[in-house]
Amino acid sequence: MKLIILENYSQASEWAAKYIRNRIVQFGPGPGRFFTLGLPTGLPRDHPESYHSFMWNNFFKHIDIAPENVHILDGNAPDLQAECDAFEEKIKAAGGIELFVGGIGPDGHIAFNEPGSSLVSRTRVKTLAMDTILANARFFDGDLSKVPTMALTVGVGTVMDAREVMILITGAHKAFALYKAIEDGVNHMWTVSAFQQHPNTVFVCDEDATLELKVKTVKYFKGLMLVHNKLVEPLYSMKEMGAERSQSKKPYSD
Amino acid sequence: MPSNKSVSDAPIVQFTNCRILRDHQLQREDLWVREGKILNPEKLFFDEKGSSDVQLDCKDSIITPGFIDVQINGGFGVDFSLATDDFKSGIDLVSQKILSHGVTSFCPTLVTSPPSVYHQVLPQISVRNGGAHGAGILGAHLEGPFISKEKKGAHPEHCLRTFETGAFQDLLATYGSLDCVRIVTLAPEMRRSSEVIQELTKRGICVSLGHSVANLSQAEEAVQHGATFITHLFNAMLPFHHRDPGIVGLLTSDKIPAGRRVFYGMISDGIHTNPAALRIAHRAHPKGLVLVTDAIAGMGLAPGRHTLGQQVVEIDGLNTYIAGTKTLSGSVATMDTCVRHFQEATGCSVETALEAASLHPAQLLGIEHKKGTLNYDSDADFLMLNDSLYVQATYIAGEEVWQQDASGM
Repeated sequence: MKLIILENYSQASEWAAKYIRNRIVQFGPGPGRFFTLGLPTGLPRDHPESYHSFMWNNFFKHIDIAPENVHILDGNAPDLQAECDAFEEKIKAAGGIELFVGGIGPDGHIAFNEPGSSLVSRTRVKTLAMDTILANARFFDGDLSKVPTMALTVGVGTVMDAREVMILITGAHKAFALYKAIEDGVNHMWTVSAFQQHPNTVFVCDEDATLELKVKTVKYFKGLMLVHNKLVEPLYSMKEMGAERSQSKKPYSD
Repeated sequence: MPSNKSVSDAPIVQFTNCRILRDHQLQREDLWVREGKILNPEKLFFDEKGSSDVQLDCKDSIITPGFIDVQINGGFGVDFSLATDDFKSGIDLVSQKILSHGVTSFCPTLVTSPPSVYHQVLPQISVRNGGAHGAGILGAHLEGPFISKEKKGAHPEHCLRTFETGAFQDLLATYGSLDCVRIVTLAPEMRRSSEVIQELTKRGICVSLGHSVANLSQAEEAVQHGATFITHLFNAMLPFHHRDPGIVGLLTSDKIPAGRRVFYGMISDGIHTNPAALRIAHRAHPKGLVLVTDAIAGMGLAPGRHTLGQQVVEIDGLNTYIAGTKTLSGSVATMDTCVRHFQEATGCSVETALEAASLHPAQLLGIEHKKGTLNYDSDADFLMLNDSLYVQATYIAGEEVWQQDASGM
């Protein structure tokens, strides 16, 4: 894995954004050649804080993505399992996920794969853990009874199939989960740990998230920052890439 | 990008690189328009899987809902209180010219006139949508003749009337028809005004208090019977007195029925109201302030003599007086000038100043679900302003109907 440690939330966000941008540009997407970006699922559709509103306001309205290229799991579908199976098919049809970007819960979960989720699970209906319900209560005026108790989620196995995985972890409350994810063993109680067995993972975090890690681990990866920063500098643009492609840059790997 | 919209095939225009007035704030958001209405881009994206057909770069303009002028007596040589043969073309001219002031909807106003004028003029006014031909007409504002002699201002005394004999029937006989009437200004201290106010309110006509010597309790009673507006606050009414605030006291009265709001018109041309008085009113009741021009025929013309109904008025700069007197009679300020002056005099936010000319008049007339805001599904009547609040372009139903040309004309 690559562990990228930045000073704070803003810097971590910026590094991650630049990395994703470079990955998309270097992939060279075009008609019929999709850069499939995977993201974890969220709240049900008809809530004002719904995932659709969140994604629209924070992502889609700022870019020129065609609406037919957006696939969001529909929590209101009549047959939820069929919805999940269809989602897996859509991923295959798009050529598989090129890059999956996700966060980590305080209980170490990736997407809604709560502790105890199978590490080879696929997209399915999940009952949410109390921790997750409590964390989501802020979207429902703090009223626990209004928080949905089930969600559709991509599975750990689904994410493992992605060609690359990027996990964003910021804040001291995530520090223990990060420790469990990268310094302890692979364990279904901390589902993010599954990515120790993925060939291409990037963890981007801030200083606070490293609070439970060994000093040795932190120093080691901070020492690699000179090399890791080559992934975000220079920042490529789609226009330039036309000319650069002839120089065939090999993508950096560890 | 293919647009396979499922609801409608009409072209969708996306106005980008702008700041729009929404939820009482200027936000950096794009404005989406389809079929003359503001479109919700999120629903378009997820439900219809659609996208815009045309993107227009607004060069960082401010986009605000179009201004609504609920008191305008004429302009550009046209006087709405004069029953001329070419009245219709007169109203068309004014509605077209005020587009450059940012007005997208208005209420042509008639001052106190003899019944013959009302009978001839009112049938020629029709409620109609705006467009390239001009601003939309929301209905007439009849200011008088049921007003107080002591506060007639520029209104001709010989045309003043009362309705103490037949109440509402007297009013109907005077006006002839109320079909296209939207607002009536009257003096509530007149006998039987309560009945009249109730009848008018029942018919959806907004009753405004003005040109009156009513005290606060008379004004409050009028509000309880349905009055919701005050015509040009401070002008043509008793001055504020600390033991009887008169009509001005409605701004902070505790006798307003629950759920109702009293609105008040302000002519913020710098002449009708001292800026300090403007600030007092604004601070006392900011949500009720409605900017009006009270513009007269001379607005847009060179200084000199013009008519205002049965009277002759003289224009000198921004001042307009009854010829030979110091009695103010309407104004020649344009709506956008009033907005700018209001913002400067009160130091309020740009959003507040813009809402006083758009949202508040729409709320007064109960049409804020389709006018006065940039909310989804509202009519796409809006303006592009520069940072100094000068109108750069006017749009009605999503179509550009006026544009500031390069020479600044």
